[in-house]
Amino acid sequence: MTTPRSGSGNPGELVTIVLNGEVRSVGAGLTVAGLLRSLELHPGMVVVERNRAILPREALQATPVEEGDRIELVHFVGGG
Amino acid sequence: MTMESCPDLPFVIGGQTFTSRLIVGTGKYRTNDEMVAAIRASGAEMVTVAVRRVDLDRSHEEGILHHLDPDEFFLLPNTAGCYTAEDAVRYARLGRAAGLNDWVKLEVIGDERTLLPDTAATLEAATALVADRFRVMAYTNDDLVTALRLEDAGCVAVMPLASPIGSGLGVVNPYYIREIKRRLSVPVIVDAGVGTASDACITMEQGVDGVLMNTAIAAAANPVGMARAMRLAIRAGREAYLAGRMAAREIAVPSSPTSGMLDTESS
Repeated sequence: MTTPRSGSGNPGELVTIVLNGEVRSVGAGLTVAGLLRSLELHPGMVVVERNRAILPREALQATPVEEGDRIELVHFVGGG
Repeated sequence: MTMESCPDLPFVIGGQTFTSRLIVGTGKYRTNDEMVAAIRASGAEMVTVAVRRVDLDRSHEEGILHHLDPDEFFLLPNTAGCYTAEDAVRYARLGRAAGLNDWVKLEVIGDERTLLPDTAATLEAATALVADRFRVMAYTNDDLVTALRLEDAGCVAVMPLASPIGSGLGVVNPYYIREIKRRLSVPVIVDAGVGTASDACITMEQGVDGVLMNTAIAAAANPVGMARAMRLAIRAGREAYLAGRMAAREIAVPSSPTSGMLDTESS
């Protein structure tokens, strides 16, 4: 399976995103699924919000990480 | 005369039947093993969890799903920590996107010191979430009118506090709790403020359908022991309520016959 690329993504290029409130640079052309893999996060264990919209699990593979994206990765923790 | 306990109604919330009237949280435990052991000892089926950012610097740190099996417990995502209706709706949707269920324990806080709910924002969020097909269990204060409005908004359970979250003060206004229970048709679950087993028992004796607690168990010196005590207290309080307590009176009434007493010696 090939990794889908965003339109402008060239190998070696970086895009800047805000991930869980932190500014990060990631490789251009990365998908959200690829981002999770690089963080060693299992897609079934996290929920992804991209630019304030929840990303369904089925869409992780096909969704590119793009310049300026604000991505939140959340999961369940202990709480009342 | 039978030795059986009084017949009870099934505990149904939002069309789902539960056997335990105790709902527990998963926060503030010293270890995950202790949390799981305490929850099992409590007998609770419904267990609350919070939605938070994954800690990226310690991504090996596991979420709670690594410790709690959704097939063993009914996990209820909460909106704890939210101060606006908009945030609460956002957190509820993130919780639902985890794919476990469409339930939410709605909590919109209005004051940092007391963690008392913002009831206007809670009502606004409840209305939005019900329209979005959530099953909403709403944390609120012990105000009857807000409780009625939350029921009208379509919440599957209304959850007035016994006293502030984490305070352990017990049920501070049993009259208000009883009145809310009398007036609502949906289950009334007292959420927050229980400190020890007697508090849980007294709360259930008001006739409410259940109790939700976290700190009382997690912050006990022995959480597993307290969890078991809470299970028994919830059961005792429920059975006492069903059995119907004697009328309280401010004068003594002898338990033994006043007739048949011997003559007193007279000098």
